[in-house]
Amino acid sequence: MSLIYPTKGLIDYPKHLSPGYKSTIKRSPSKPLIVVPHTLSELTGPVYGHNAIEEGDNDLTKMHKGEPLGERIIVHGQILDEDKRPVPEVLVELWQANACGRYVHIVDQHPAPLDPNFTGAGRTLTDKNGYYKFVTIKPGAYPWGNHHNAWRPNHIHFSLFGHSFLSRLVTQMYFPGDYLFPFDPIFNSVPDEKARNRMIATFDLENTVPEWALAFRFDIVLRGREGTPMDEEKH
Amino acid sequence: MSDLTPSQTVGPFYAYGLTPKGRAHWDPDGTYSWKETVGDNLITPDASGQKIHITGVIRDGDGVPIPDAMLEIWQADSQGRYAHPRDPRAPNASFKGFGRSACNKQGEFGFDTIKPGQVPGPNGKLQAPHVVVCIFSRGMLRQVYTRLYFPDEAANATDQILALVPEDRRHTLIARKEKDGVYRFDIKVQGDDETVFFEI
Ligand SMILES: [Fe+3]
Repeated sequence: MSLIYPTKGLIDYPKHLSPGYKSTIKRSPSKPLIVVPHTLSELTGPVYGHNAIEEGDNDLTKMHKGEPLGERIIVHGQILDEDKRPVPEVLVELWQANACGRYVHIVDQHPAPLDPNFTGAGRTLTDKNGYYKFVTIKPGAYPWGNHHNAWRPNHIHFSLFGHSFLSRLVTQMYFPGDYLFPFDPIFNSVPDEKARNRMIATFDLENTVPEWALAFRFDIVLRGREGTPMDEEKH
Repeated sequence: MSDLTPSQTVGPFYAYGLTPKGRAHWDPDGTYSWKETVGDNLITPDASGQKIHITGVIRDGDGVPIPDAMLEIWQADSQGRYAHPRDPRAPNASFKGFGRSACNKQGEFGFDTIKPGQVPGPNGKLQAPHVVVCIFSRGMLRQVYTRLYFPDEAANATDQILALVPEDRRHTLIARKEKDGVYRFDIKVQGDDETVFFEI
């Protein structure tokens, strides 16, 4: 398989400087990025060893003695490239707040309770069809001090690897119909509405497990599409 | 318009999920301990080449250290081979070439690795030894990429990627040798002496 990595699609990514999200003001490059050709250094990337993943690392509800509080959910989907072909055997990591909107991270001082039965981090590898699945708890909204009454919509943070180091992606999965969307500068840092909506999972009745857990489907598209070796050279 | 899933910031709270020793940092009792997915020591027992330590501080536009940045590095082995199927040459032993480091409160990161060899560049000419660096942080809605080059490398003068960088900014990409085997690579996200970042 030969992949090329067009940069055109990056127009759907947020700009580095997005002043509504205040922390970007001092943390975004002010000089233009330098466009470089894709060499072997960019076209290769980590091939993840399976060694660190343990059984159960994708079930965030079973990492402690008891069950965490909150709405149990299934989050699943496929990792795809720009031609919608599955990206198999890549590392997917996620982390999130608990049902009350509190992270276990020591810096999170939101006065909502911690849950002794919930850490909020999981990981898995995609299977040969690029498919992944987590069982977790629906995270709560939380305040974040960016502006008056700033609250983050419910979200799960995702970290993903593709076929190369340039298809590396860190993103957030949102839940359908969130009333906080219009007020969130991070969600709205993505300029195009259709592109924004690709960060919203869909409610998945078909995979919802009766008497047990709601399911949400979240497919993720990474950079890279099929090319002939000639295209690749041109790049 | 494309079909890409857009990037979003890593935020401030990823450490316990992603970074090496991220849990040890905030969870000294080890209540939530688990195996690290990716570490900051890339050296495998069977890897050949010079063992080096890379360290540095990352600062924002006010020169203030960024304690909640995460760095990832990707590099070839000492003979310039990537551990990846697209590199047709078999890699050196079990050296993977990928590492991840959190920053401490002083914005300082660190990696133990092997000095990379030269890898082919455009037109088949060899590139100077370098490490690809990818930076994530709260306040960064998408990652930024840069490259670390080594001082005193004759190949720097003919490197085709360095040649694309205005001469007065090239020094931001070249690590300083602190002592034998220790290289300092300070990163400035913005402002005077802003590190060169690449669009790839
Ligand atoms: Fe968050």
